[in-house]
Amino acid sequence: MGQREGAAGLTTHAPQAAQAVTLPASLDEAVAALAAMPAAVPVAGGTDLMAAVNSGQLRPAALVGLGRISEIRGWQYQDGHALLGAGLTHARMGRPDFAALIPALAAAARAAGPPQIRNAGTLGGNIASAAPTGDALPVLAALEATLIIAGPDGARREIPVSHLLAGVDMLRGGELIGYVRVPLLHAPQVFLKATGRTGPGRAIASVALVLDPARRGVRCAVGAIAPMPLRPLDAEAWVAQLIDWDGERTLVPEALNAFGEYVAAACIPDPVPGEDGSVQPLPPAVLHLRRTVAALARRALGRALS
Amino acid sequence: MSNEAATATPAASETGPEPVPHGLGVSLPAADARAKTEGTFPYAADLWAEGLLWAAVLRSPHPHARIVSIDTSHAREMPGVRAVITHEDVPGTALHGRGRADRPVFASEVVRHHGEPLAAVAADHPDTARMAAAAVIVEYEVLDAVTDPEQAFEAEPLHPDGNLIRHIPLRHGDPAAAGEIVVEGQYRIGRQDPAPIGAEAGLAVPRPDGGVELYIASTDPHADRDTAAACYGLEPERVKVVVTGVPGATADREDQGFQLPLGLLALKTGCPVKLTATREESFLGHAHRHPTLLRYRHHADAEGKLVKVEAQILLDAGAYADTSAESLAAAVSFACGPYVVPNAFIEGWAVRTNNPPSGHVRGEGAMQVCAAYEAQMDKLAKKLGIDPAELRLRNAMATGDVLPTGQTVTCPAPVAELLQAVRDFPLPALPKDTPEDEWLLPGGPEGAGEPGAVRRGVGYGVGMVHMLGAEGADEVSTATVKVHDGVATVLCAAVETGQGFTTLARQIVQETLGIDEVHVAPVDTDQPPAGAGCRGRHTWVSGGAVERAAKMVRTQLLQPLAHKFGMSTELLQITDGKITSYDGVLSTTVTEAMDGKELWATAQCRPHPTEPLDAAGQGDAFVGLAFCAIRAVVDVDIELGSVRVVELALAQDVGRILNPAQLTARIEAGVTQGVGAALTENLRTARGLVRHPDLTGYALPTALDAPDIRIVKLVEERDVVAPFGAKAVSAVPVVTSPAAVASAVRAATGRPVNRLPIRPQAAVVTPS
Repeated sequence: MGQREGAAGLTTHAPQAAQAVTLPASLDEAVAALAAMPAAVPVAGGTDLMAAVNSGQLRPAALVGLGRISEIRGWQYQDGHALLGAGLTHARMGRPDFAALIPALAAAARAAGPPQIRNAGTLGGNIASAAPTGDALPVLAALEATLIIAGPDGARREIPVSHLLAGVDMLRGGELIGYVRVPLLHAPQVFLKATGRTGPGRAIASVALVLDPARRGVRCAVGAIAPMPLRPLDAEAWVAQLIDWDGERTLVPEALNAFGEYVAAACIPDPVPGEDGSVQPLPPAVLHLRRTVAALARRALGRALS
Repeated sequence: MSNEAATATPAASETGPEPVPHGLGVSLPAADARAKTEGTFPYAADLWAEGLLWAAVLRSPHPHARIVSIDTSHAREMPGVRAVITHEDVPGTALHGRGRADRPVFASEVVRHHGEPLAAVAADHPDTARMAAAAVIVEYEVLDAVTDPEQAFEAEPLHPDGNLIRHIPLRHGDPAAAGEIVVEGQYRIGRQDPAPIGAEAGLAVPRPDGGVELYIASTDPHADRDTAAACYGLEPERVKVVVTGVPGATADREDQGFQLPLGLLALKTGCPVKLTATREESFLGHAHRHPTLLRYRHHADAEGKLVKVEAQILLDAGAYADTSAESLAAAVSFACGPYVVPNAFIEGWAVRTNNPPSGHVRGEGAMQVCAAYEAQMDKLAKKLGIDPAELRLRNAMATGDVLPTGQTVTCPAPVAELLQAVRDFPLPALPKDTPEDEWLLPGGPEGAGEPGAVRRGVGYGVGMVHMLGAEGADEVSTATVKVHDGVATVLCAAVETGQGFTTLARQIVQETLGIDEVHVAPVDTDQPPAGAGCRGRHTWVSGGAVERAAKMVRTQLLQPLAHKFGMSTELLQITDGKITSYDGVLSTTVTEAMDGKELWATAQCRPHPTEPLDAAGQGDAFVGLAFCAIRAVVDVDIELGSVRVVELALAQDVGRILNPAQLTARIEAGVTQGVGAALTENLRTARGLVRHPDLTGYALPTALDAPDIRIVKLVEERDVVAPFGAKAVSAVPVVTSPAAVASAVRAATGRPVNRLPIRPQAAVVTPS
């Protein structure tokens, strides 16, 4: 017992056992590989994909590995924006130099899971999986980031991240997320996440909040409570006009509180009254979620303004 | 410094590096620790045999359904499939079960829980096997699932044996007794999964004599062999269970729902068959901790002395009985906790539902009631305005007191001493001296914690648990010790489940025979039975058997010498491989005395008998009891309801410390499992269907969730009936720590906290 020789001699009739794996070195090569093998699945960190493969939910006929495309593993600057490669890992985004640029994205990356996951999981993968609990997503929504999609024959198109997450604009066959364009706001940003435990865990709710002093705006997105991040636009506009942008930029606790309640009520609205005018109270679990969102939004704004 | 010492120093250094510790009471490291750490230790999932086939088990997607038909023809025709078996292919007894034989190998007419096995496939590739299992067409008529244990009493019987598995109406004392102060409460305990780090796996190899060998991580190999043999219609001698490394066992680890099909497939195909369960199958298949509903009423006098406890305890056993009857006995017997309660009226039921199966998980029964009676003690303390620790001290049980079962506690029961030790231990400091952004707040280092919203709470839990099987279970174990050529070998079918038995066996032989090189043979069912590895029984009975066998070898070794010198063997002693007499006249080595002989001895250890609980829940049902007191300090973010356990200070009654490092590890592991049960671990179901059977959805404690564990005091008062005076140490911290954490959250928030695990919304303080 215990010896493992002979494994190669095992006969198999499993039809999908042979898998083609390509490792392109550039974005265009990757797109070309996908065009050549329409059934191929692109894989970056594989933290979601391999879990699906291991549980038997996904049997990709071929894989296009994106790990060797060095052009999408870093970032560059472009007209007041950062152009983030889709292959940036959470671990890389969590480092101090990145945190100085886009603090909320760095905070989300640090909270995204245990080190093994953060070392492998990528920004582009987080967007492509579009899991409701994806920690980068509310940050990108609050930053109003846009995606640069690489298509066949060197084609590039740009879509807002919210359009992809909402399904307004989908990735077409053979397309890949190449870059994420994020404005550099040079102002405080906060990402806060409530989880069930002290160790890394999935978000119960998360809030990303960024200040945009140039446009005198506050932008906020709530993650994990809906299939995609939610933007409480009225609450943002209301609180932005309360802030003295040229002065101290502070708010009284009552205003922070009211902002939290406003955000929470916008994201988790009261039930519509019935025909007889009676209102069913929210179930306790939903009420707790609403209180959680309110506390997170209040704390996030408080920290951004402190 | 004397001259003698100075001259002795170089001599000591000549003996080489640090002397390896040996004997009892020292931290001898485990022999396989290095291989396990380096990942080279072969577990069942690593095994391989030439020409093996892979198995897959088809499991029910419904919690309750009538099976209209099972069509295996498509699966059989798939290329690479070698066998497909269903209930029709079970040659022996169709029903099996640990406590009671009420569980089919494969469901035939009805499925009674989500994940119940229906068919199994052997194929030449694991993917083929899984696809073939999925290709078995089962037509179901879905039935209403009974998922609320309270409705099980009235519901149509889910099983020919009825829905009531056991009822214990315990009556002790005067029913008319009443106290001045009465507190009531209702408590719910969730479904903890043992979640072993290595999921189930096994390899079955057919034998030339028509039998089969099962290579599995069994914790009770002889019982598993007998079950398998009965199912295969073979004599027990023709089925052999070989125990592989056990990757984590805090319960009856193995799921027979795949063990039994493995052997059937090997017998049918004549080929070795292997199966490695996915994490999902593991969650669906093995036994869980009983979800429990408890209602309590405590009566006390104005000083806080307990007068009467009334309680109703309802265990959700899931679809099959398993060991639920034993769990219920523990729950009912320890329903009042380690407190003196003159009058107790406890009704306990274990009922059948269509929920996932429940069974033995360490501290079963005792853990659920501990959370409830400690919540009641907190309520009582609050109502009386007495300090919670003081109230517990006023009622603490001691040796000589009587359990509600009428059994007198004869073993050491230093409950008050344990409680005082944790109460008087200094509280952890607030992190005032470190910068605020370095504080580890509830929610973790990247969480949303805010110091202004954090409240600290201190709470207590005192728990008890029984050791060894109860109610007349025959807890015998057999061990053989062999000495040859200066090396001792222990043969004992006690499975090393992580409790440290193999290390302990080496220590016992080292201590008794003075031989340092001791090997413990791998376990299989060709050895005499040693019983299940649970409730501390191997430290007690298997350790006792090893000691007796070693002593018999010692006598064989020393008898000729003693005879020669005309003294009794007691006057000779063996240390470091040398035999010396009390007066120093005789001095020889063990090797010389052995003279090339091989010495063998086999011995049994059987604890004193117990009796079943009678119709009123009375009887001397337990061999021994272990106690523990824990003080928990928690931080709660009262807006988000997130809880971080800062510190657990523990004092435990251990009888005698046999291996300090192992003891500490077991206590820390137990406490951490308890923290999981208190805060996050709950296998959720929706109408009987298991939700999120994966380690993302089922949140085990991580290193960040594990608190600082301070072992404040280990009371070493030897239990005279135990072979070494040592008590079981693993289970009682599991039992006690959830209650202590809940008590601390209660103190921090003022909320009732009557449900485990504690959901965030139960730890939130809403501004009034």
